[in-house]
Amino acid sequence: MAGLRFDLRDAPEGAAELRAEVRAFLAEHAPNFTPEIRARSWMGFDRDFTRAVGAKGWIGMCWPREFGGAERSFLERNIVLEEMLAAGAPVGAHWIGDRQSGPLILRLGTEEQKRHFLPRIASGEYAFCIGLSEPDSGSDLASLRTKAEKVDGGWKLNGRKIWTTFGHLCDWMIALVRTSPAPEGGARHIGLSQVLVNLRAPGVHIRPIRDLVGEKGFNEITFDDVMLPEDALVGQEGAGWAQATSELAFERSGPDRYLSSHPLLEAAMTTLKQDNAAAPALGRQVARLWALRNMSVAVAGMLEDGQDPVRQAALVKDLGNDFEQALPNVVRDLIATEDMPEDMRRMHAYLTQIVPTFSLRGGTREIMRGIIARELGLR
Amino acid sequence: MASEIATELAEQVDRALADAADVSTLRDLEAGNWPAATWDALVALGLNGALVPEAAGGVGLGFSDVAPLMEVLGRHAAPVPLAESIFANALLSAAGITPPEGVISFGAGQGAIAWGRHASHIALLDGARIALYPAAALAWEVGGNIAHEARDRARIIGAPVAEAVLPNGWGAEAALLATALMRAGQIAGAMQAALALAVDHANTRKQFDRPIGRFQAVQQQLAVFAAETSAASVAAAAAARAVDRRGLAAAAFEIGCAKITVGEAATRGAAIAHQVFAAMGITEEHQLHHFTRRLWSWREEGGSEAFWAKRIGQEAQALPGALWPFITAREEEITP
Repeated sequence: MAGLRFDLRDAPEGAAELRAEVRAFLAEHAPNFTPEIRARSWMGFDRDFTRAVGAKGWIGMCWPREFGGAERSFLERNIVLEEMLAAGAPVGAHWIGDRQSGPLILRLGTEEQKRHFLPRIASGEYAFCIGLSEPDSGSDLASLRTKAEKVDGGWKLNGRKIWTTFGHLCDWMIALVRTSPAPEGGARHIGLSQVLVNLRAPGVHIRPIRDLVGEKGFNEITFDDVMLPEDALVGQEGAGWAQATSELAFERSGPDRYLSSHPLLEAAMTTLKQDNAAAPALGRQVARLWALRNMSVAVAGMLEDGQDPVRQAALVKDLGNDFEQALPNVVRDLIATEDMPEDMRRMHAYLTQIVPTFSLRGGTREIMRGIIARELGLR
Repeated sequence: MASEIATELAEQVDRALADAADVSTLRDLEAGNWPAATWDALVALGLNGALVPEAAGGVGLGFSDVAPLMEVLGRHAAPVPLAESIFANALLSAAGITPPEGVISFGAGQGAIAWGRHASHIALLDGARIALYPAAALAWEVGGNIAHEARDRARIIGAPVAEAVLPNGWGAEAALLATALMRAGQIAGAMQAALALAVDHANTRKQFDRPIGRFQAVQQQLAVFAAETSAASVAAAAAARAVDRRGLAAAAFEIGCAKITVGEAATRGAAIAHQVFAAMGITEEHQLHHFTRRLWSWREEGGSEAFWAKRIGQEAQALPGALWPFITAREEEITP
């Protein structure tokens, strides 16, 4: 069960100074953060804000300077992420590029890919999304059918991705697609590859899907004979499954897996300051937040050390999702929605409707628990 | 994080307990028999003074170093008060009293004292005042927690051999905080033991022609158990680290958060363990209950989840500013 071990990490040197700098930056922008923006957390998409973050050097901040990074540590990056989330800043336009697409390109991309994409992600110019789910492939991702065929001068892409967050607002997608048929009777994850898709390319049709809040957050994206250049391939042909799963520690380990509802907790703390009866319930939330943060920082420390804490990440995500998902209900037990101040009520209304997604995105609760069970030796 | 020497000591204790105690020792203990051999084996490791500074003749470990040791004690449902003796030694030494040899426990006010009747000395705390009583100076009203661990009330019938006041950093709640810290680590350890038992059972017990652990419903529950076990361990370690940095009194926030976390984890974990074992886990014969009954008991000692939740909640409500900066500053305002 070594994969379930966590070692505490101390704050990096200069942590308080960096945190103060991020807070000062956020204080300047905070007047623009409406209750809905704060409630959206990392699902808030604002290109101007993202460019401002990029100008501070806080996107891709662990990457080499020659690719637009700042060569800071994972623990320092973690501080920036924590502060952005705690403030409810609209970080959606760079969140995926910073968290996943950029690190993938840095690790496996060609020199040209690194030179082209990384500085543009770091500046906030390019927004990335991830193309995994398909209409018939969700948790059983290896059953996906979108196909890139090798043709003269590149690849021809056909198929469909769905539930792509901000697909309609992004510039690029890294899609997991089939580049060769699965071996007869063999493992289906053989023959998958990751490709860079320019979402403005001819043949890309993006249909926003209205969500239950009434917003256009995610999309269905159809590829109809989309021509991809030769160098659209990221990493190794056929190794897409292993590449995509090795991103998972990055995707699942961050503070975005327990802080998504944090602005509501702060609002509750403020509103219920004088309410003696609310103290015990608030105390339990504080304790859970404190414990999850210690676990999350420990995972950031493992990434800093070059480990691949994919199981610890799944574990923190599962506990963290439970916490952030339960919060709206905990809060409405303490104060009736009609008695909430207007701002808080709006955040609460949004989160009540959207928290079911927390244990879906980035891998479902059942998949996380399956990963832990495997580490326990049960499967 | 624990130092290498601390990890080594924890491993030594682990081996000593594996050799000198087993389920029959635990059963004997419940029948009221003191496991002298187990105590002798442990005390030979010289760990009573683990938290006593080297200058005062101790081992000079920090609280973070001792956290893995607490987990080991919990993992074995240790049938002797090594944890209590280590913390009693620390409290006495901090107050300038030379700790005596032998089994020592501590307690506060009118509360029950863990292992009281078995101790040769007791450190009694009244706020920050601490007095060392020999066993002969105390009369016991014996009692126990639901795991049948001795939890006895003392009536003073003689004089203390030493009296002193704890320094400021240890504060007026030292007995409560030390107990909470101790039990937090032990709960993490007992959860690890119960989890290992449950996983092993799930891999061997067959129904519908396959091990029950092959069923996703069982896997998902054990995954939750494992997650809560990790949370308990991290919480206990983080509280210990806070004590090393700020002193016992000023780490009350972290100790309280940890006690809430481990208490909630214990509730969830013990329930899942019993669900996996079904009826056989309820039998006296099976060893599971030695862990689950301790988990239920230790939740209560050093402040329950409800006790700490109210305090932590009130502390959070009284903050002049937001919650988040308070939490981050506690980690970062002191550069180690």
